[in-house]
Amino acid sequence: MAQDVRERVFTTISGVPIEEVYAPASIADLDYTRDLGNPGQPPYTRGIHDSMYRGKLWTMRQFSGFGTAEETNQRYRYLLEHGQTGLSVAFHLPTLMGYDSDHPMSAGEVGKCGVAIDSLADMEALFDGIPLDKISTSMTTNAPATILWSMYLVVAEKQGASWELLRGTIQNDILKEYIAEKTYIFPPRPSMKLIVDTLEFSMKHLPQWNPISISGYHIREAGSTALQELAFTLYDGIEYVEWAKRAGLDVDDFAPRLSFFFNAHNDFFEEIAKYRAARKVWYQVMTGRFKCRNPRSAAMRFHTQTAGCSLTAQQPYNNVVRVAIQALAAVMGGTQSLHTNALDESLALPTEHSARLALRTQQILAHETGIANTPDPLGGSYFLERLTLDMERGCWEYFERLDAMGGMVAAIEQGFPQREIQDAAYTYQKAVEHREKIIVGLNDFVSDEESGLDILHIDESVAERQIAKTRQVRETRDNGSCRTTLEALRKAAASGSVNVMPFVLDCVRSYATLGEICDTLREIYGIYEEPAF
Amino acid sequence: MPERIRVLVAKPGLDGHDRGAKIIARAFRDAGFEVVYTGLRQTPEQVVTAALQEDVDVIGLSVLSGAHMTLCPRIMELLKKEKLDDVLVLVGGIIPDRDIPKLKALGVTEIFQPGVSTEDIIEYVRRNVGKRRHTS
Repeated sequence: MAQDVRERVFTTISGVPIEEVYAPASIADLDYTRDLGNPGQPPYTRGIHDSMYRGKLWTMRQFSGFGTAEETNQRYRYLLEHGQTGLSVAFHLPTLMGYDSDHPMSAGEVGKCGVAIDSLADMEALFDGIPLDKISTSMTTNAPATILWSMYLVVAEKQGASWELLRGTIQNDILKEYIAEKTYIFPPRPSMKLIVDTLEFSMKHLPQWNPISISGYHIREAGSTALQELAFTLYDGIEYVEWAKRAGLDVDDFAPRLSFFFNAHNDFFEEIAKYRAARKVWYQVMTGRFKCRNPRSAAMRFHTQTAGCSLTAQQPYNNVVRVAIQALAAVMGGTQSLHTNALDESLALPTEHSARLALRTQQILAHETGIANTPDPLGGSYFLERLTLDMERGCWEYFERLDAMGGMVAAIEQGFPQREIQDAAYTYQKAVEHREKIIVGLNDFVSDEESGLDILHIDESVAERQIAKTRQVRETRDNGSCRTTLEALRKAAASGSVNVMPFVLDCVRSYATLGEICDTLREIYGIYEEPAF
Repeated sequence: MPERIRVLVAKPGLDGHDRGAKIIARAFRDAGFEVVYTGLRQTPEQVVTAALQEDVDVIGLSVLSGAHMTLCPRIMELLKKEKLDDVLVLVGGIIPDRDIPKLKALGVTEIFQPGVSTEDIIEYVRRNVGKRRHTS
């Protein structure tokens, strides 16, 4: 029976038009074995494991960090006691930008967006009483990843934990920093060299570590569409593999340890299609373009975080619902690990209470809803399969354009992904302002109710305590040996041909600060300034 | 015809979240304003120097890192020193309610929290720059 429709055009949140009805004819071009395969079978569209969450639930990994290392250590112990199964470290901005807490650029920023780490002494406090060979830890660090990873490795060393047993991830994805998140320090080319060094080092010494988490999350947060998130992220992956191969590494030695990180936004089916297409395209890239032989090289593993940019400051309790639905999409898409945002994150870092509710959201999904009972439960949906095929096609089209530009580093230098994302962000903002896209509590269903939320405040005493601690480290360490290790690092970096990881480890062991180590590298590599686009 | 409104959009502090700054810069341009965007990680000194050199009517500061209570007071102090205290200073980003009265007491003209539309901000600027031009 024909009826009137509410809107003229129906589109996804990314602006992709949606048909009225999907039926077998909509996916006449789909071949089950070629395009989907059973779960655990190439091209892994339906998941990388045959039994998926029946075998093992996803890892519930809440990103957290604030104030000093001592305070964050308390939060980690709290989350572990409440059933969290992995740690994820949020560093404050000075650490991410390679400044110590007493640097003038750090004024006002200490401990605000994450935990302040200036030296090994802080990393020791961060993991005090947490055995590093028993947990897995993800560290969101990019430009100074070699340094923070080295600090973690030295803490493990001091605990007597063998590096071979360590499990975890460093984000270490510098390309998306130039594209979207903008916490870069050095120019792209030396930064790529540092990443190749970490790949090589982890292959030799940390067989269970993920030395990179190739991230679309921040690309999406900067305003990209779902397709742009997918295409730019996977192409970043291609770029890393190209650089590692050029440095003489064998694809099958490092590719099984590459991991990915995606956003989970509000458009439920579009997101699930994105995860499914991601696995399929990566399989084709690794087997086709890179001729990998090890099946694990082509099986994409990824972490997901719900979309921070989708949360509203207005009526913040609505965010609990948004997060639950986004998390549901991530699980339907077969994620290996998941962070659910807290309801107050559009206002501040989460409180202990809101962080626990976010974790509980995942536990309810895992244990009460039945969605973990069978892999890819939406596989075969005419609509979802069409979206997945279209997402894949769009991805290949972006790859062609990026290949023609000479790869991702070249495309970044030309400002291509940056402009694509800015345009998408602006288009979306206008759609919201013209109420073509409705956001509950923001541009419709508005009310004046007070949120009544208690939010987390980081006071300035954190900065005072942190600065005092770092100054004490500089006074009590052996400054002679510290200078020697920094000088050795400077020479290694200048040579351009040796792996800098062993030298960074020595600097860290001598309690050289993060700022001192970064300054040494800045001297050799220079700094990056974003051109105006 | 009245002179075009001149705006400096600035990102002080260390955070690289420039989605908002770039959207508002573009919306201001589309509204016919002259816009200068400073780029990322500007010190308060750099922001004020740019405002002086560009002779702007409005400074729009975008801060999402929580450092606004350190950066904004310093910028306001420098503006006073440079006798730029008639420039409209707008702050956008993650600014908790409890900081708003403190920022206004420092001389910040208006604070725009998450969710405000670019059209409302443009309208605000048009109304208040006019007022300022009349009185100065």
